[in-house]
Amino acid sequence: MQAFLDTLLGDAVGLERQLGYLAGMVVFGAVVVFGFVLPFAGIVTWAERRIWARIQSRVGPNRVGPFGFLQWLADGVKNILKEDIIPTVADRPLFRFAPYVVMVGFIAAFVCIPFSGDLIIADLNIGILYVTAVTSVVVVGILMAGWSSNNRWSLLGGIRAATQIISYEIPASLAIFPAVLLSGTLSMQGIIGEQGAAPWQWHMFHSPFTLLGFGLFFTAALAEGNRTPFDLPEAESELVAGFATEYSGMRSTLFFMAEWGNLYVIGALVTTLYLGGWQVPQFTYNPVLMNLAQMGVFLGKSLACVFFMIWLRATLPRVRVDQLMALCWKYMVPLAMLSVFGTATLMVALPNGSHTLRMATFAVVVGVVIRFAFKVRFHLKRSRALDYSSLSTGASQGLSS
Amino acid sequence: MLFDYANILVFVALGLFMPAMMMGLGALLRPHNPEKRKLTTYECGEEVSGNSWINFNIRFYLVALIFIVFDVEVAFIYPVVTVFGDWVADGRGLFALVEILIFVGILLAGLVYVWTKGDLVWLKSVVTQGDEPEPTLPGGPLPGGTLPGRVVPGGSRHVAD
Repeated sequence: MQAFLDTLLGDAVGLERQLGYLAGMVVFGAVVVFGFVLPFAGIVTWAERRIWARIQSRVGPNRVGPFGFLQWLADGVKNILKEDIIPTVADRPLFRFAPYVVMVGFIAAFVCIPFSGDLIIADLNIGILYVTAVTSVVVVGILMAGWSSNNRWSLLGGIRAATQIISYEIPASLAIFPAVLLSGTLSMQGIIGEQGAAPWQWHMFHSPFTLLGFGLFFTAALAEGNRTPFDLPEAESELVAGFATEYSGMRSTLFFMAEWGNLYVIGALVTTLYLGGWQVPQFTYNPVLMNLAQMGVFLGKSLACVFFMIWLRATLPRVRVDQLMALCWKYMVPLAMLSVFGTATLMVALPNGSHTLRMATFAVVVGVVIRFAFKVRFHLKRSRALDYSSLSTGASQGLSS
Repeated sequence: MLFDYANILVFVALGLFMPAMMMGLGALLRPHNPEKRKLTTYECGEEVSGNSWINFNIRFYLVALIFIVFDVEVAFIYPVVTVFGDWVADGRGLFALVEILIFVGILLAGLVYVWTKGDLVWLKSVVTQGDEPEPTLPGGPLPGGTLPGRVVPGGSRHVAD
């Protein structure tokens, strides 16, 4: 980005040049935040409702615009028009500031998230460390919200969220290490650059240990993002709305925007670390076409991850608190250690990597996916073949006999 | 490089500006008529039972303590895993591997200690009367002579939240 601004600014020097840089940064930042992050957070709520509806044999929102697509805009307008209620007993400054902290932690992560080979706001040399650090700032905001509301649901939701997020940060960070070990760099573009366009060249298939790392990272990222099956902080059947109980109107919308936008951050991180990022074969030397193709591939992979998370939310029940903590400390932390040290041992034993191991891991994963696809096909065919009218009469006959 | 880090400041500023803009826009449009009952704490419609700034369960602090140890460990491993590939290329891979294993091994001993002490168990039985027999859950095996599914009152209870 700096090189691009240099060509624009020509030979401006001194303060003029600094101001030019600043204006460029603000424009690029605003384009990413207002042109991508906010619409994404809105559209994904619509997409999630449509996908759930499809999975649960319902229709979902379909009134506002084609396929109900403008539902998220209508919801946004409604939330802006809602009254902002702050309870008298709440700690007002903290209560009002908490959504800002959550939003800062969420938006600042986008500095390091690549869009294509050349499109990234800043390719920091500590990229992935920076993203992990900044996304944990969200905990502070959630804890502030929970404590300042002076409500028992909020307090329980807030401390649950804090415990959960800090616990799952350990396996999440440990599961980043296999990818970093293989790349030898923390920079996001550097990690992607070490992978190839073909699926078996991704870090995920390097060995069974990195495959384990991929699974652990995905699970821990789900828990850090408070997604089902780990959405205990706002478990509506136990805690009303968790830490957001006392929030109304736009203020609560800000929390949920950060949560839904976080889906993209998780998807992009998984794609960067383990799924080959924006790598496409070099099919042309035109940089514009190349970047467009890379952007398409990266967005496609990230959105596939987002779809998978939405699917999980429609499928899995919520875990209990004790199961949540046991899963983290008794299973995921030791397994993540195994994943890191397995990868490191393999690197020492086979410094040039093992092509056979890579292909074997890839073949096993492909086999499992094909097996699963056939199972899904079987159930789909069976559910379509069932005649529901005969089913209901059969059930009534069964009752009467 | 400083240019790259300046972008972080710009994004933090945008992260503060964005909610402020939405709240400001809302302030122009939304109604504002507070009322005493509307501003009470929400406790499912019941009368508010008092302040919520109370002591909460000690286990949350315990998890935070374990977390700090492991987070520091993770922070120390970050630079090591970054340069590990170079060490392997230099032929010093085994040395580096053994060194991290010793470092992490000491911390893993800590995890094992916490685990065996039972501090990772979230649900704990609190036995209030030591001489009472273990309670029988409904559907469990029948101890001789007791009614099926009888839970000894006050004998043992699960503390959860």
